[in-house]
Amino acid sequence: MTAVSTHLNFFQTKKGIFSWIFSVDHKRIALLYFYSLITFFLVGVTLGLLMRYELLNPGKDLVEAKTYNQIFTMHGVIMIFLFIIPSIPAVFGNFFLPIMLGTDDVSFPRLNLLSWWIYVIGALMALSTLLFGDGPADTGWTFYAPYSVKTGTNVTMSVLAAFVIGFSSILTGLNFIVTIHRLRTPGMTFLKMPLFAWSLYATSWIQLLATPIIGITLLMIVAERVLGVGLFDPSIGGDPILYQHLFWIYSHPAVYIMALPAFGVISEMLPTFSQRTIFGYKAIAFSSLAIAFVGYFIWGHHMFTSGMSGTARFVFSMLTFLVAIPTAIKVFNWVATLYKGSINVQPPLLYTLAFIFQFMIGGFTGLVLGALATDIHLHDTYFVVGHFHYVMFGGTGFAFFGALHYWYPKIWGKMYNIKVANVAFVIFFIGFNMLYFPMLIAGLMGMPRRYYDYLPEFHLPNMISTYGSWVLAVGLILMLSNLVAGLLKKNQNVGRNPWNGITLEWQTLSPPPLENFDRMPEIPLNGPYDFEHKPEIKD
Amino acid sequence: MEHAHGLHLPNSGHNRDDEASKMGMWLFLFTELLLFGGLFIVYMVYRMLNHEAFLLSSFELNVWLGTINTVVLLVSSMTIAMSITAIQKGNSAQSIRLLMTTVGLSLLFLVIKYFEWSSKIHHGLFPGMDYYNNLPKGEALFFFLYFMMTGLHALHIIIGGILIGVVAYRTKKGEVTSKKYTLTENAGLYWHLVDLIWIYLFPLFYLIH
Repeated sequence: MTAVSTHLNFFQTKKGIFSWIFSVDHKRIALLYFYSLITFFLVGVTLGLLMRYELLNPGKDLVEAKTYNQIFTMHGVIMIFLFIIPSIPAVFGNFFLPIMLGTDDVSFPRLNLLSWWIYVIGALMALSTLLFGDGPADTGWTFYAPYSVKTGTNVTMSVLAAFVIGFSSILTGLNFIVTIHRLRTPGMTFLKMPLFAWSLYATSWIQLLATPIIGITLLMIVAERVLGVGLFDPSIGGDPILYQHLFWIYSHPAVYIMALPAFGVISEMLPTFSQRTIFGYKAIAFSSLAIAFVGYFIWGHHMFTSGMSGTARFVFSMLTFLVAIPTAIKVFNWVATLYKGSINVQPPLLYTLAFIFQFMIGGFTGLVLGALATDIHLHDTYFVVGHFHYVMFGGTGFAFFGALHYWYPKIWGKMYNIKVANVAFVIFFIGFNMLYFPMLIAGLMGMPRRYYDYLPEFHLPNMISTYGSWVLAVGLILMLSNLVAGLLKKNQNVGRNPWNGITLEWQTLSPPPLENFDRMPEIPLNGPYDFEHKPEIKD
Repeated sequence: MEHAHGLHLPNSGHNRDDEASKMGMWLFLFTELLLFGGLFIVYMVYRMLNHEAFLLSSFELNVWLGTINTVVLLVSSMTIAMSITAIQKGNSAQSIRLLMTTVGLSLLFLVIKYFEWSSKIHHGLFPGMDYYNNLPKGEALFFFLYFMMTGLHALHIIIGGILIGVVAYRTKKGEVTSKKYTLTENAGLYWHLVDLIWIYLFPLFYLIH
């Protein structure tokens, strides 16, 4: 590093599109991810709204059965591989991990840029199935064999896209692990790291050690389709259950790739908006590792009805229940953090509280599905759809938007309209629960998932759910336009620390300079949330 | 304006950090192990289900060529380890010679593999060929796994060979020296992994009954 940016922030140091798409600055790469992710998210939302519109009334409202199948597959592939899996690590992890550790970049800046490029190439491959070939896949995002081997739609390209995007995920994880080991500021031991860094550390290990399995499995699907080898299709000698095992060996840990970073940002926002230290720092840090570890051994709970020995089902069910322990530890610690804090109700805190509420519904319904007897009844019903949307969207999605509202002034150096953000949150929250809670009820009533049609007795919950999707869309549009409007404001000075936070990103300028810090970051005396010994921050 | 200047941090991500490079390589090797691990699981499951057919098919493979290739790879692992020692001692010329020997051995491995594969393909055993399509299911799976796993391994040999060639070139240009040889070490780590995977592939396909 020879060049020193004087009074410029990282937006101003270089101009032009190439200074962005070939930048090795972690902050710019984070924003590249952010703009791409939000684009794909909006595509995914649109597909979701289409699905809900089709399900407004029994019978055909809008699209044919096959088109509906393609829409829900595309919705799943986009939301999972292009949005939720990269979301918090790639955007906020990239931007804030180095700053929170008190360094100026990740360990391998060029590899970081490569990860984004791989992600974009994979995303374009996935979207190309909309235009080329025999139409997008209609298999569901799980690509279950033997249907994925037999269908005439363009499964090969979708599967290769997921394979390519996997590498992006692996390389980001690798980069973060090395960064956490090597680049912490002097004096910051592992147990003085912010909890967001801990959660990214646990996540990165899952990305690194689980993703290759799905990579090779998806390649086998391609081999089976192209060469006609009987790997998973029973009519040519394959074993479809083996595919399900291989798929979930990755895809269950992937659930924690999606959830753990959300736990991390929640653990950052709570201390800031209660102005006190987090309750149970070590318990939260180690429970992330525990979840990551146990998460490897419970994939079988996706397959209770597909043919496994009774012993295997029993063991998988019991291990699944074990995950509830570290997760509950986190929830209790979060709630205890609020106790006797000086609570400052701001939009990020509202998202945090909604996260805790919704994630608990998601978690408890997960236990209902993890229990063998109830799962037989509920497997492949709307109860499952409601459950995982409560976890993924009500949990991780809300944490993502909470994090966006939390770090917005730091990233862009501006502030959105707080009142509008609060109103948008309330609409978003109501819309979300209207959209997904009736799904839990429809599922309990026995409505199966993945059909474009349903029996008349499920009409009421479906109607409420579709109306909810419109409320949610209004809330989302209001929220995003408020954030965009904030960016258009001129000559704002939010200062270094608008929320009175304590982690290191609040010690630097907003937006940060290219090298992240204009003076040596100072860590608090007793751990990252020691508000009693908060270093004084002068402007 | 004292706050307005960028700061050079002691823990900068742009500093040279050999430990970080090596840690990155080790983590990458973990992902490689898991990539092959998925295939080993599939091999294990189908071998249990089609034990007889797998045994029968394995007799089709040429144990002699497999053994020679094993020896070739083991020797190449030794030569790259020696090249690391050479560069540590500052003997660049010797290091380059040993690196090029390793590249030569990797080519020899590929040539032998080429003859093995072409004789199988000549017999119609490659997935998708007419003879292959009429094989019993267990034997078809064996040959698919044989081609997929040794093929993926051969791809790693090619990448490793190119990587080692690059290291030799950069050593010649003086970019790799006795004070800065992490690149050679990382190439060595990668090459040992490729070697190690073959050590498992060889008995699984050629030897075990």
